[in-house]
Amino acid sequence: MTNIATPVTPSPVAPAPAPHPSGDKRFKILEVHMKKHQFRHDALIEVLHKAQELFGYLEDDLLLFISHKLKLPPSRVYGVATFYHFFTLKPKGEHTCVVCMGTACYVKGADKLVEAVQENLKIKPGETTPDKKVSLLTARCIGACGIAPAVVYDGIVTPRQTPEATLEQINKWVQA
Amino acid sequence: MILNDLLQLKEKELAARKKILLRCCMAAGCISSNSTGVKEQLEKAVAEAGLQNEVEVRGVGCMKLCCEGPLVAVEPANEMYVKVTPENAPSIISALQGGQANVDQTDPNAAFFTKQLSIVLANSGIVNPERIESYVALDGYLALHEVLNEMTPKDVVETMVKSGLRGRGGAGFPTGLKWGTVAKSPGSKKYVICNADEGDPGAFMDRSVLESDPHSVLEGMAIAAYAVGADQGYLYVRAEYPLAIARLQLAIKQAKQMGLLGAGIFESPFNFNVDIRIGAGAFVCGEETALMMSVEGKRGTPRPRPPFPAESGLFGCPTLLNNVETFANVPAIYRKGADWFAGIGTEKSKGTKVFALAGKIKNTGLIEVPMGTPLHTIVEEMGGGAPDGGKIKAVQTGGPSGGCIPAQHLDTPVDYESLGKLGSIMGSGGMIVMDEGTRMVDVARFFMEFCMDESCGKCIPCRAGTVQMHNLLDKILKRKATARDLAKLEELCDMVRNTSLCGLGQTAPNPTLSTLRFFRNEYEDLLQPDTFDGGANHSQTVTK
Ligand SMILES: Cc1cc2nc3c(=O)[nH]c(=O)nc-3n(C[C@H](O)[C@H](O)[C@H](O)COP(=O)(O)O)c2cc1C
Ligand code: FES
Repeated sequence: MTNIATPVTPSPVAPAPAPHPSGDKRFKILEVHMKKHQFRHDALIEVLHKAQELFGYLEDDLLLFISHKLKLPPSRVYGVATFYHFFTLKPKGEHTCVVCMGTACYVKGADKLVEAVQENLKIKPGETTPDKKVSLLTARCIGACGIAPAVVYDGIVTPRQTPEATLEQINKWVQA
Repeated sequence: MILNDLLQLKEKELAARKKILLRCCMAAGCISSNSTGVKEQLEKAVAEAGLQNEVEVRGVGCMKLCCEGPLVAVEPANEMYVKVTPENAPSIISALQGGQANVDQTDPNAAFFTKQLSIVLANSGIVNPERIESYVALDGYLALHEVLNEMTPKDVVETMVKSGLRGRGGAGFPTGLKWGTVAKSPGSKKYVICNADEGDPGAFMDRSVLESDPHSVLEGMAIAAYAVGADQGYLYVRAEYPLAIARLQLAIKQAKQMGLLGAGIFESPFNFNVDIRIGAGAFVCGEETALMMSVEGKRGTPRPRPPFPAESGLFGCPTLLNNVETFANVPAIYRKGADWFAGIGTEKSKGTKVFALAGKIKNTGLIEVPMGTPLHTIVEEMGGGAPDGGKIKAVQTGGPSGGCIPAQHLDTPVDYESLGKLGSIMGSGGMIVMDEGTRMVDVARFFMEFCMDESCGKCIPCRAGTVQMHNLLDKILKRKATARDLAKLEELCDMVRNTSLCGLGQTAPNPTLSTLRFFRNEYEDLLQPDTFDGGANHSQTVTK
């Protein structure tokens, strides 16, 4: 049996916070968050969540910063960031339209919603319009199955959507 | 905190009750239909009518009939308003003083409500999930007190064994047996993990429990921790459930402040801390070994068992891992006794099961029924059948690991064994109803695509097999396949099922196999005749 009994905690004394060369304050906030987790390796996913919340997406530079601060090989940080669907390495558009493609939404016609947006904006799920206005994404059930099909417009869950209603929302964004 | 403080808190909370209670659903589903606005306006209308001393407006968790939300329930009148808008608020308040509200109501005596038996959801829609006092008023944390003061860890495990509770995460493993194994595993450091990853798309029972009654899960985890000798717990919640995460964070904070979590609980030597770990969108992380990798901050890839988590789990220590609903059953079992629990359900499946009813059905929402309730009762009587006069064709249970039960088998009782015999599984509780308009091959492809995308890529049968099976299903749907392709698909199903590393791959063929079993004609209708040319034409059909 293995005896890796306790979580790996690197040096208890936190390294003196060297400001990120860019001077961007968000790096400072992220570092405070890492400190809250005592720079523990098992907090990597927590830290990535925070980083994405702050920056919107995980740029290479950001991943390297995290890897350096947590004293983890970049391969490990990159490996984790790419394993989980929630993390995105590309910037998202100004607005996001997340169509739930879980089973309940699917049998209620969520595929028609995706198709409608796809045709209207000429982008596929996971892509952003060239003008960076709208990103189309799909989700695996957001737990709103009782009011399917559900779409999340800029973080707001909206029940019982139709292709018409979805396009109306998208057009509002595009024309704004 | 000692027992007396807890009882005093309960008394105080009960004494503060007002004559009329308006319960307003504040779970994610209803919030998306603006129940927040409804609650605000109700409070305002109460104030304007000068009824603050008689009427309480309480934000509660799920009241089950999600399709009709936002819901507002009135006590003691036993009325439930449906599809309430903020504008309806004054009308609802004036109805309290003897008027008639011009808002639609649902019949609280309809089968949807009366056929339910609530253990897990007993507090859901009743307590305010953001106030621990609300939970304490309904005897919350009393079970934990009794367990810590009057039972040895061994007694606790024995009671669990006697209750007959089986894991609600899918496989139905006896909970008492699991607790006993972790309790017996040597080690000074042990962990308790609550699996709140709820990966089955189309299932929302765990989300509802966490949003509606987070303390029941925390209390269940604390009792389990005492039984197995753990002092640290983790709740692994998927990132798609921000409200559940927020309510849990609040619940943990409140429980800590009251000394119901943390060091020296109820002034006993027992310590238990709980931390939340947020998932990041990987279905495979619902699998226990993958989940533990993820808690450790790594890629969520599963590993072969043994060693089982009970012996070597999180950070190499003995770990108890149970599902949200499993933990939510725990406090009631210790409050009311193992015999009471074992008296509900069937011989081998005890207690109740929560199902998330969705899809092509009139009443979508949450139901909790005794084990052994026939599917027919659930979908036809409670669910109201297919909407718009359609006919139910099949019921899908167990999500991407489960199967489709055809209409002619709707008399099947829901318990672990009966569903297994039909090639499906109980699963975590997602129940998707399909009507005549649903094409079964399409459903099979949908789930296969899901498994293909979610395969972690560690083992070849799952990584490559799901892609090939998906391509074959796609080819069948595009009417380009022949009987030979179908035979190949079945062969692959068998291979992937028997050789994959973890449950994801092992069960990925289930939706395909079960639709083949009951709806084979739908596959065959899509096939092209085999051209008899000794296979020369075959390569052509394969490539495109
Ligand atoms: C691919 C896969 C996904 C799973 N997803 C979940 C899940 O989302 N929630 C859950 O409780 N169990 C899930 N399980 C089952 C867990 O591995 C584990 O058996 C369960 O959480 C144990 O808890 P229980 O004994 O209380 O049922 C999954 C299993 C597999 C193979
Ligand atoms: S399937 Fe769309 S919210 Fe569950």
